[in-house]
Amino acid sequence: MSKREVLQGNIIAAKAAIAAGCNFFAGYPITPSSEVAQYMSKELPKLGYDFIQMEDEIASLGACIGASLAGKKALTATSGPGFSLMQEHLGMAVMAEIPLVIINVMRGGPSTGLPTKPSQADMLQARWGTHGDHPIIAVYPAFSDEIYSETIRAFNLSEKFWTPVIILMDEIMGKAHEDIIIPEVKDISVIDGVEHKLDDDLNIYDRQIGEIPPRVDFFKGYPIHIDGLEHDRHGWPTIEPDLVDKMQRLRMEKVYTRLDEIIKFKEYYMDDAEIMIFSFGVSARSSLAAVKALRQQGIKVGLFQALTIWPFPERELKDRFKRIKKVLTVELNMGQMKIEVERVASDDVQTKALLRANGIPFTPAEVMLSVKEFVK
Amino acid sequence: MRDYEKYIRYRTFPTPWCPGCGDGIVLKSIAMVFAEMNILPDDIVVVSGIGCSGRMPTYFNTNTLHTTHGRALTFATGIKLARPEKMVVVISGDGDATAIGGNHLIHAARRNIGIKMILINNGVYGMTGGQVSPLTPQNFITETTPYGNIEPKFMASELLIAAKASFVARETVVRPIQMKQVIKKSFEHKGFSVVEVISNCHINLGRRNKMKDPMSMCDWIASRTVTQTEFDKLTPEERNHKYPVGILFEDKERLEYSELYYNHLVPAAKAAAGKKGAEEK
Repeated sequence: MSKREVLQGNIIAAKAAIAAGCNFFAGYPITPSSEVAQYMSKELPKLGYDFIQMEDEIASLGACIGASLAGKKALTATSGPGFSLMQEHLGMAVMAEIPLVIINVMRGGPSTGLPTKPSQADMLQARWGTHGDHPIIAVYPAFSDEIYSETIRAFNLSEKFWTPVIILMDEIMGKAHEDIIIPEVKDISVIDGVEHKLDDDLNIYDRQIGEIPPRVDFFKGYPIHIDGLEHDRHGWPTIEPDLVDKMQRLRMEKVYTRLDEIIKFKEYYMDDAEIMIFSFGVSARSSLAAVKALRQQGIKVGLFQALTIWPFPERELKDRFKRIKKVLTVELNMGQMKIEVERVASDDVQTKALLRANGIPFTPAEVMLSVKEFVK
Repeated sequence: MRDYEKYIRYRTFPTPWCPGCGDGIVLKSIAMVFAEMNILPDDIVVVSGIGCSGRMPTYFNTNTLHTTHGRALTFATGIKLARPEKMVVVISGDGDATAIGGNHLIHAARRNIGIKMILINNGVYGMTGGQVSPLTPQNFITETTPYGNIEPKFMASELLIAAKASFVARETVVRPIQMKQVIKKSFEHKGFSVVEVISNCHINLGRRNKMKDPMSMCDWIASRTVTQTEFDKLTPEERNHKYPVGILFEDKERLEYSELYYNHLVPAAKAAAGKKGAEEK
């Protein structure tokens, strides 16, 4: 039977990655994510798997893409400055449709910012950091068991959708030690990408819009071409407008026509809630404590905790807004997801945000106060 | 069909290169070496960055990967570590390898990971229209040095020797036979190998420097190349205008990175884990 352990968030993510089948890690040290790399450097060689510390974060994600194309399940872990450096290769992985997972343990920014303090200020960078139109999947756990389950889900999503997946965490989630019962292997569901049945036509990207692509790797009998240039169904460079348009849609629609398989969230005290808190990560924890305390005072407040950040749970929120007419967004930044909530909220919904970007997480009391002012 | 043609992906032709470009000579030489070594096309991956050289993998009928500017070595490192038994070749240009990718270049060399790199040095950014590169000779006119290049150039091969690459050679497209022989030797080498191939860009470099046709540019290249022995006898000032060719450095003894990883580090990690397991019991 699994036993209860006390583990650091970064270590929980690393353990989950290995359980999900991760057999390649390339990274570069950066606070507050370094423990992921350290754990991998110790554990992966024991299993005969690959660990390499690269010369920078650009190189780390490059190595992950190469390894993924060579059939590995690749992971890298970083924080703000490193995540900024990775953006070009994130785009390459989206463009060439390469599965891999990036953990971004968020610290205060911009620039070197607050290396040892938490933030939730890379939310929009995760969505739009790399140039060009592209789909992105990003998840954000808030509790120790979620760090484990969301890491496994991130690998499964990347395999299933042939795309990079970002795991957002914050300095508190990454660094804090917390108790957890690690699930047994038999209780973990791991998805491996379906291998493409290749033939001499080498039509690796040939599919209908909305269809989930099979995974394509090197060394499978038919030599293939993978390109960061816009490409045709063979992967060969093209600038032909109709083809380019089709490829853009293929990449977008594989994600946006299958939101039910990607969007995940948790709701607390939402059944009769008259006011809703929208939050995620460490702020969702402060919010949950606040909700519980406010309920004891008779205030009908609930919490919508987003586990999938991108694609944004737009349909789900719209549905809640049919009934709930007050929403408070709680986040450790100057108002990034607030923009999304406001975009989704209908005109009769009152929106408010509790925001801060000074490296200090919200206390439940601060959230409670904000709710109480909002209720008046 | 000649034996090297099975390594050429004719269906992606034509190439984007200008008439008379040296890149075609390099492409064919590499294909011929693959044929001589009789490697299965699917056991090879050719990786490139951005630039004229970056387009080369498209035309190899092997696994091919066209990546981002300057970073081909990082992708290749991931592939080689994941599948050490495969032949991993990187094609790079001088801007790609020594400017934007300079950091990856020295670290791949330092690690001695078994990537075979062909560094095509035409002394200019050709694809973007002829801007100065770190390997452009001093005083040359380019689109971004209209008054002449005031920066000294890197000697790429010598930089790589200092960075601990275990096989470094320089050849030119003017000496295709020797170039092919050296590429073959580099492909047979176990660790990180680099062949710097000096090539002609008469369109975007020569044209602005009184060498507007391929032949005058090739004559210029020929006039600049000397053997290592001849080079050693030159004064520092004379050396500034010459390039020694041939195999410049070779260390056959040094262990390759993935060999070290799988044959030394992994067993050590497993032994440590076994020992710890036994202690716990």
